[in-house]
Amino acid sequence: MVIACPKVSSAALLCLMITYGPACAADALTIASFGGQYTASQKKSQYEPFTASTGVTIKSVDYNGGLAELTAQVRSGTVSWDVVDVELQDLDRGCADGLFEKIDPAQLPAGSDGVPAIKDFVTGSLHECGVGTVIWSNVLAFSDPAFPDAKPSRIEDFFDLERFPGRRGLPKRPHAILEWALMADGVAPSEVYGVLATPEGLDRAFAKLDTIKYHAVFWETGAQMIQLLADGEVALSAAYNGRVQSAISDDAKPLKIIWDRQIWNADYYAVVAGTQAKNTAFDFVRFATGTVPLAEQTKYIAYGPARRSSQPLIAPAIAATLPTAPANFNNALAFDAAWWTAHGDAINERYAAWLVQ
Amino acid sequence: MNRLARFGFYLLCGLIAAFLVLPLLVIVPLSFNPEPYFSFTPAMLQLDPAGWSLRWYREIAESAQWRLALRNSLGIAAVVTPLATLLGTMAALGLRRLPTRPRKMLAVIIASPLVVPVILFATGIYFFLAPLGLTQSFAGIILAHTALAAPYVVVTVGSALTTFDERLLRAASILGSPPLSTFFKVTLPLIAPGIASGALFAFVTSFDEAVIALFLAGYDQRTIPLQMWSGVRDQLSPAVLAAATLMVLLVTIVMLGAMLIARSARSAGTRR
Amino acid sequence: MNAVSPSRAGWALVLPLVAFIVIAFLAPIATMLLRSVHDPEIADLMPRTRQTLARWDGIGVPQMATEAVTADLREASATNQIGRLAQRLNRERNGLRVLIDVTARHLEREPDTKLSRIDPGWSDPALWQILARVTSPWTGQHLLNALDLTVTPDGAMVRQEEARRLYVDLFLRTAWVAALVTLICALLGYPYAYAYAMAAAGPSLRALLLFLVLLPFWTSLLVRATAWIVLLQRRGVINEGLLAAGLIGETGRLDLIYNMTGTIIVMVHVLLPFFVLPLYSVMAGLPTSYVRASASLGAHPVRTFARVYLPLTYPGVAAGGLLVFILSLGYYVTPALVGGRTGQLISNQIAFHMQRSLNWGLAAALGTLLLLAVLLLALTLPRLAERGGLRA
Repeated sequence: MVIACPKVSSAALLCLMITYGPACAADALTIASFGGQYTASQKKSQYEPFTASTGVTIKSVDYNGGLAELTAQVRSGTVSWDVVDVELQDLDRGCADGLFEKIDPAQLPAGSDGVPAIKDFVTGSLHECGVGTVIWSNVLAFSDPAFPDAKPSRIEDFFDLERFPGRRGLPKRPHAILEWALMADGVAPSEVYGVLATPEGLDRAFAKLDTIKYHAVFWETGAQMIQLLADGEVALSAAYNGRVQSAISDDAKPLKIIWDRQIWNADYYAVVAGTQAKNTAFDFVRFATGTVPLAEQTKYIAYGPARRSSQPLIAPAIAATLPTAPANFNNALAFDAAWWTAHGDAINERYAAWLVQ
Repeated sequence: MNRLARFGFYLLCGLIAAFLVLPLLVIVPLSFNPEPYFSFTPAMLQLDPAGWSLRWYREIAESAQWRLALRNSLGIAAVVTPLATLLGTMAALGLRRLPTRPRKMLAVIIASPLVVPVILFATGIYFFLAPLGLTQSFAGIILAHTALAAPYVVVTVGSALTTFDERLLRAASILGSPPLSTFFKVTLPLIAPGIASGALFAFVTSFDEAVIALFLAGYDQRTIPLQMWSGVRDQLSPAVLAAATLMVLLVTIVMLGAMLIARSARSAGTRR
Repeated sequence: MNAVSPSRAGWALVLPLVAFIVIAFLAPIATMLLRSVHDPEIADLMPRTRQTLARWDGIGVPQMATEAVTADLREASATNQIGRLAQRLNRERNGLRVLIDVTARHLEREPDTKLSRIDPGWSDPALWQILARVTSPWTGQHLLNALDLTVTPDGAMVRQEEARRLYVDLFLRTAWVAALVTLICALLGYPYAYAYAMAAAGPSLRALLLFLVLLPFWTSLLVRATAWIVLLQRRGVINEGLLAAGLIGETGRLDLIYNMTGTIIVMVHVLLPFFVLPLYSVMAGLPTSYVRASASLGAHPVRTFARVYLPLTYPGVAAGGLLVFILSLGYYVTPALVGGRTGQLISNQIAFHMQRSLNWGLAAALGTLLLLAVLLLALTLPRLAERGGLRA
C-alpha cells in the first residue's frame, strides 16, 4: 500500500510522517479487475478520465474473480487492493464476510437526466457493498470457419460432438457451465437451480460435462478464451459476450455468438474494507459509475450499463450487440448469485478435482 | 566407424541442436505481428512489409507497467547479486578449510535451496513472511532470491578453488605476505572468473525468477517474469514476444561476448 | 602458518551464509512442514468451544458445549470472522457454511436462543464429533487428505469418495512424468554430449555446440514456454507447416500443447542442458587412452563404446539423470503455462490450494509429501548408484 505524496512540500512531509493516516489523500489507487479487453474498456472510459480530472493514478491489477486473493491479503495483513471489480456472487459473499466497505447509494450522483441514483440504477445493481457497472453475459461462441456447413445455434449443440465436431473451450470455474449442462440434458431453465441443488442433479450435470471433457480445452481468463477461439485451438467455447464482440468488431475475427439461453450476471465496484485510500476509492466509484463513463464503456466492450440514463447515449449499432438487446435477451436466464453463494464452495472444490482427475 | 553411421550421428546431433535453439528463433518474426494474437497473419506469410509491425515493441517501450517491471527486476537483482556473491564466495572459501564432516554437513545445508522444489520454498516463505507483514514487499523477495542464488556462487567459486594451487598460498606466506594481502593479491585474482560466473548466475537466478515473485509480489513489486507470466497466461499479447525477443538477443550478446573473452584469454596463454 | 587456525577462519567464513540459509530458507520450509499438521484457524476462532470439547467424552450431543459455541459465534460475528469460520467449517462437511451463517444471523437478532431451536442440524451428534476434531489445533487431517484418505465421524480411516480422490494419482503422474522426461533427456543428451566431447569435433564446432546448449539454458523459462506455445499450438508453426506440406488435413491438426505432451516437450527442452552439462564434464575428464587401447586390441567400435566408454560415463549419466529427475518432480511454471488440464503436476495443485482454494493446510501437506519424496531420492539414489558401482 503506497500512499506517498510526490511533491515535497510541508504538507507532503506531514503526509509522509503519517503515511497511514487519513489526512493524506491517496495519489494512487490500486484497482483489481478481470484483465484483457475488459480492463482496457475500464481504463479508457473510467480510469483515464478519473486520473485526468483528479490527478490520482490508477494501478491496474488483473485477477480471475473469486475472493481468494483478497482473502489471502487480508489474512496476511498486507491488503494492497483499494477497489475491486467483482461479480455478484463474490460481492454477496465478500460483503457477508466483511471484506468490503458499505456504500450508501444516496451518495451516488444522479443520472445525467436528473433521476436520483436509487431509481437510475437497474434493479439489483445497487448492493450494500457495491455499485453495479455492467450487465454481461455467459454465452457460447464459435469460430465460424470451424463449422462450414450447419452452424451450432443452441446450448444442446455444445454437447453434441457428432453433429458439431471440434474442440470445446470451457472455463476453469463451474459458473454457468453446470447450468448449461443440465439444460442440455433436458432440464427446464426455471428448474435448473432446484435440480442442481440435489446431489443427483449435480452428478447429472457432471455426467453431462464428462461427455465433452476429453474434447475440451480449459481456460482461466477471458483473454485466454478469446485467444483459443481466435487461434482455432477450440471450435466452440463458453465465453463472455463482450470479449467475443471486441474480437469480432475490433480485430475482424470470424467468431459468432450464440445467444440461446445466455446466463447474464452483473459486475460491481466494491471498496476493500480497511483500505488506506478509502475516500479516494469512494470518489473513484462515484465517478466511474456515473452516466457518461458507463455509457462510454460500451464503446470498448459490449456490456450493458447498469444505469438507465446511460442507455440513450449508446449508439444503436453498439446497443444491438449488448446482452440486453431484445433480440439477444429472448430466453436469457439470470445467474442465481444467491444460490452460488450458498453452494459455491463445495461445487468449486468438486469442479477443481474433476479438472485434475 | 563407417561414414553412414557417422553421418547419421551428426544428423541426430544437428536435430537435437535444432530442438534446443529453433524454438527461441521462431518468436522473433512473430514479435512483429501487427495483431494481438500469437499466429502469423496472411500478410506476414506473404512477406508483405506492411504486414509486419513494430507495434508491440512500441507498446512495451511506452508501457508504464513494463518499465516498472524492468526497474523492479533490475533493482532486486542489483541487491541480490552482490549479497549472494559476497555470502557465497565467503562460504566457498571457508568450506575448504573445514574438517570433512562439518564440511559435508554444511554443504548439504547450503545446497538445499538447489534441490528443494521452488514451489515449496514459495509456499513456506509465504507462511513465514505473512505474520511479519513482509508479503508484497521487496525485502521478502530479496531475501528469498538471495537464498536461491547464493548456493550457485558457492558452487562456481568452489569449482574455481579446486583448480587453485594451494602451494601458492604457502609460497606467499613464506615470502612474508600477511594473509589478507595474500588473499587480495593471490587468491582473489585467481578465483575471480569463478566469482564472476557465480555473480552472473546469481543475477540470472534473480532476474528470471517467477515463482517466488508470484507468491510475494504485489502491484508495486511486479517483475519482468511476472509481466511475462501474465502476458502468456492472463492477458495474452505479442508484447510478450517482443520482450522475449529482446531477452534472447541480450542473452546471445552476453554469451558471445563471454565466449570471445574466454577465447582471447586462452589464446593469450592464461589458464581458463 | 597463520595467526588464525584455518578451521576457525573457515567457520567464520561459512557461518554467515549458513545462518542466512537457515533463517531465509530452512525456517520457511519448516514453517510449511508445521502447517501440514498444525492448523489453529478454527481453534483460534472458537476458543471456548475448543476448551469445552477437549473435556467431552464424545458421546451424544454435549449440552455443556452449546453455550460455548453460542458465545464463540457471537464473538466471531462481532469481529467479522463468521464468513471465514463458515467457509473453513464447510470444508470439513458440506452444508456447515449455511448452518453457521444462519445460526450467527439468528444469534445477532436473538442472542439467547438455543442452538437446537435455531437449526435441527445442531442436534446431530456427528456434527459435534467434527467440531471436537477440528477445534484441536493439531491435526493429521491434511496429511490424510493429501493421500486421498479421510476420517469418518466415528474415527475410522477410509478412502475419500471418488469425486475427491486425486492426489495419489497426481503424485504417481508426477513421478511418471519425471521418469519419462529423464529418459528422453538421456536419449537426447547423451549423443549430444558425446559429439561435444569428441576431440574430432574441432574447437569452433565445439564452441557452437556449447553455445547451442547454453543459449536456452540462460534464457528465461517464460521466454521458452512462450516460444513453444507459438510453435506447438493448433495454429502454430508446426501444425501450419504440416498442413502446408499436405501431411495433415484441416481437421487433423495435432494437439501438441495444453496437454501432457506439451508439458513433456517443454520440460525436456528446459531440462536437457541440466543433463548435458554434468555429463559433458565427466566425458571431458575421461582419458582417451582406454578407448584407444580397446580399439587397438581389435574390439569393434560399437563393442568398445558399449563395454568401455559407456560404463566410464555412468557417473555423468547418474548425476545428470538425478538432477533432471529431482528438478522434474517440483516443476511448476512449465505445466502451469503449457500443461492445459491433463498436463498438471503436483506442484500446480500446491499452488492452487495456496492461491485459489486457500486450503493452506492441504497445500502444506502436499508440499510435505513432495519434499519427503525429493529428499528421499536426493539422499538414497547417489548411494544406490555408488553401491551399484556407478561411481568410477
